Amino acid sequence: MAYDVCIVGSGAGGGMAAYALTKAGANVVMLEAGPSFFASRDSKMLMPAYASPRRGASTKERPFGEFDACDGGWEIDGEPYTVASGSKFMWWRARMLGGRTNHWGRISLRFGPRDFKAKSRDGLGDDWPIAYEDVAPYYDRVDRLIGLFGSHENLPNEPNGIFLPPPKPRCYELLVKKASDKLNVTCIPARLSILTQPLNGRAGCHYCGQCNRGCTVKANFSSPDVLIAPALATKRLTLITNAMAREVTVGKDGLATGVSYVDKTTGMDKHVEARIVVLAASALETSRILLNSKSSLFPQGLANSSGTVGKYITDTTGTDLAGFIPAMMDHVPHNEDGVGGMHLYMPWWLDNAKLDFPRGYHIEVWGGLYAPSAGFMGGIDRYQGGGYGKQLKQDYRKYYGATIGFSGRGEMIPNDESYMEIDPNVVDRWGIPVSRFHWGWTDHEFNQVKHMHETFRALITEMGGQIFSPMPTKEQGYNISTGGQIIHELGGTRMGSDPKTSVVNANCQAHDVKNLFINDGGPFVSQADKNPTWTILALSWRTSDFIASQRKEGAI
Amino acid sequence: MSDMNRRDALKAIGIASLASSIGVKADHLERVTRAVARLEESGVVAAAPTFFNAHEWSTVRVLVDYIIPRDERSGSATEAKVPEFIDFLMSDREASLESKVAMRGGLAWIDNECQHRFGKSFVSASDAQRRQVLDDIAWPRKAKPELSHGVQFFSRFRDLTASGFFSTQMGWQDVQYKGNVALPAWNGCPPEALRKLGVSY
Repeated sequence: MAYDVCIVGSGAGGGMAAYALTKAGANVVMLEAGPSFFASRDSKMLMPAYASPRRGASTKERPFGEFDACDGGWEIDGEPYTVASGSKFMWWRARMLGGRTNHWGRISLRFGPRDFKAKSRDGLGDDWPIAYEDVAPYYDRVDRLIGLFGSHENLPNEPNGIFLPPPKPRCYELLVKKASDKLNVTCIPARLSILTQPLNGRAGCHYCGQCNRGCTVKANFSSPDVLIAPALATKRLTLITNAMAREVTVGKDGLATGVSYVDKTTGMDKHVEARIVVLAASALETSRILLNSKSSLFPQGLANSSGTVGKYITDTTGTDLAGFIPAMMDHVPHNEDGVGGMHLYMPWWLDNAKLDFPRGYHIEVWGGLYAPSAGFMGGIDRYQGGGYGKQLKQDYRKYYGATIGFSGRGEMIPNDESYMEIDPNVVDRWGIPVSRFHWGWTDHEFNQVKHMHETFRALITEMGGQIFSPMPTKEQGYNISTGGQIIHELGGTRMGSDPKTSVVNANCQAHDVKNLFINDGGPFVSQADKNPTWTILALSWRTSDFIASQRKEGAI
Repeated sequence: MSDMNRRDALKAIGIASLASSIGVKADHLERVTRAVARLEESGVVAAAPTFFNAHEWSTVRVLVDYIIPRDERSGSATEAKVPEFIDFLMSDREASLESKVAMRGGLAWIDNECQHRFGKSFVSASDAQRRQVLDDIAWPRKAKPELSHGVQFFSRFRDLTASGFFSTQMGWQDVQYKGNVALPAWNGCPPEALRKLGVSY
C-alpha cells in the first residue's frame, strides 16, 4: 500500500510534519533510525547522581552524561564518517524517536527580519527567498502549540513572540545582569520552550533543572510527546523505528516513489511507497541520503542538478569561559535549579558595521549551585592552590557554586571550504556510503570569537571575578569550537529562487522533484546567531501546509 | 534496601508529598527509588575491588581519607565508599587505557617515592612520613618540578575523590545542595542569597 507521505526523521522537522500532515488528513509513514522514546515514560528525571555507580558521568552513547535523554553522539558504532585532510569536523547524530529534540537546550529564538536578508546588509552569503513576514505566522502557531517563556523587548532583530511568563532570574544571574547593564550589554529573560504555566494539556514546570533528561510531565518540548503523540492519536501515522534510510527511490517520470531503508533489527532492506517524500533526517543526513539516491535519471544524486547538495553548510560558532566569583563563596544554601537552562541571556547587541566581523552572537549564562555529580569541582587547586584534609574539605564547601560561565554562540557565514560529499571508499555497517566533510572557519568567525572572549573577560572582571586561563591567541583560533561541535549544522540543501544555485524553492520543495520536500535544517540559507530549532519547526509547519494545499489541488 | 533508605531516597528526591499536586507520576518516583535501591544491593558496594589489586586497594583506601577525612559535618571518603567508586570507574567500559595506566602508575609512583625516602611503601609508612610526601605533591604551584609526576597524579586523584564523595547522598547533604526536587512554583532565590550578592528583584 502506498502512503500519502513518507517522512524520514522524527525530530523537530519530522515531528512537526507528522503533526501537521496527519491533522490535514494525510496517511503518513515515518521512518526513524533509532528506537522508540517518549520522555514522559523513559526519562531519568530526578534520578540522583548516586542512583548510578557512574554518578552521571558521560558515556559513549550519552556524551552529555548518562542521565541525558539523548542517545547519540559524535561517534556512533557502525556509522562512521570521514573528514578530509586538513579539516576538522564532528558530526553529531541522534538515534532515537524525537532525534535532537531530546537533547537540545530548549533555547527557542525566532530568526529576525535581518537574519533572512543579511546579504542585503553586508554583501556576504545569500538572502533567503522568503522574509520574516512569511515565517512570522508560523512562529506564532509554534508558540501557541508548543509554548515558550520570554519577554516582549521590542528589539529590532529579536522578534517578540507569544510568551508565557519568564521565571525570575537566579541570584547569580542578577549579578550578571548588573555587570551587563554597566557594560551596556543587552541582558534579557531567556526564551526557552519550557512551560511556566500548563499549556494544551501539558503540566507546568516543576523547576528541577533537568530538561536535558526529558520531562515526565511534558513541561518542555520534545518531538515525541508534543508532536508525534498527537499525530499517532489521529490513527493516520504509521511509525517505523530502527529504520535507517538508504535512499529515496524514483520512478521513470522522475518523481519520488518512496524510501528504501534498512530494518536495523533484522538487517534486511525494505521499502515504503509514498506519493510524497519529506526528508527531515537532520541537515547533513538529508544531504547524504540525496547524494546516495543516484539513478540514471539523477546521476549526481537526487535533487542535485545544481550540484549544491551538501554545499553551504554551517554550524554555530562557539567558545566558552568560566570565572570564579569571590562574592559567591560561602553560598547561602538554597535551591536554584530553576528551569533546565538559563533564565537570562544576552542577544546580539552591537552594530557589526563598527566591528571587524560581519555577524553577531548571543551569550548563554551558566553557573551557581548545581547537583554534585561526577566531575564535581574538578581542578579545585586552580581556585585555592590544592592541598588535602579538613582544610580541603572545607574549601570544597566554600568554593562550591562560586563560578559563572558564558558561552558565545555566533553566526557563521557559508563558505566554499565547508561542504559535505560522499566518501568514495567508505561505507557504514549497512553498506551505505558515508559522508566526508570539509571545513574551514574564516576571519569572520575567528574575529567574532575573539570578541566573545573580550566580552566574557570584561563581564567577569566587572563582577570582581578571576579567570584561570589566559586570553586565547590567534594561533589557538581564539578557542573556537570545532565545526559540528555546537550541533547546529544547517544547509546542504539550501533554499533559493534559482534552481541553478539552490536545491529547494521557497516552499522547501525540491526544484528537480516536485513531490520531494525538505523539512529539517537543510534549506537554511543563513545560520543567524539563533538556535535553529524554532525556525525548523516554523518552516516545517509552513512546508506541511503547502504540501496539504498541493494535495488538495491535486498538484502532487 | 531498608525502609529507612527507601524513605531517605524519597526524601532526597523531595517529591513524595508534592507528587500528585504537580503531576509527577507515582510510577516514575517508584522507578527512581528502585534505581537507588538496585545500586545499594548491587556488587558496586562490594568490598573486593575489580580493578585494584590488594596492595593498591589498601593504598587507595588510605589515600582517599587523607584527602577527605571525617569531620564535624560529614563522614570520610571511605565511609562514602569513594574507593568503590574509583574502582568502578577504572573497571568501567568507559575507562580509557590511558587513565588506567595513569592510575596504577600514580599509585606505584607514590610507593616508589616512599621507598626512596623511608624504605617503606606508602601504607607502611607512618602518618608523618605519608604527610611529608603528600605535602610535597598536593600544592601544584608550590611543588618542586622534579615531583611533577606525583603532582599530576595527586591532582587527578583529588578530583576523583571529590567526585566520588560529593556525588553521594552524604556529599549532597555536606554541601547543602537543596535541589533535585519538584517544586510547585519558582519564586526565585531567597532574600538572604540576594542580599549576599548585593542584588534584588
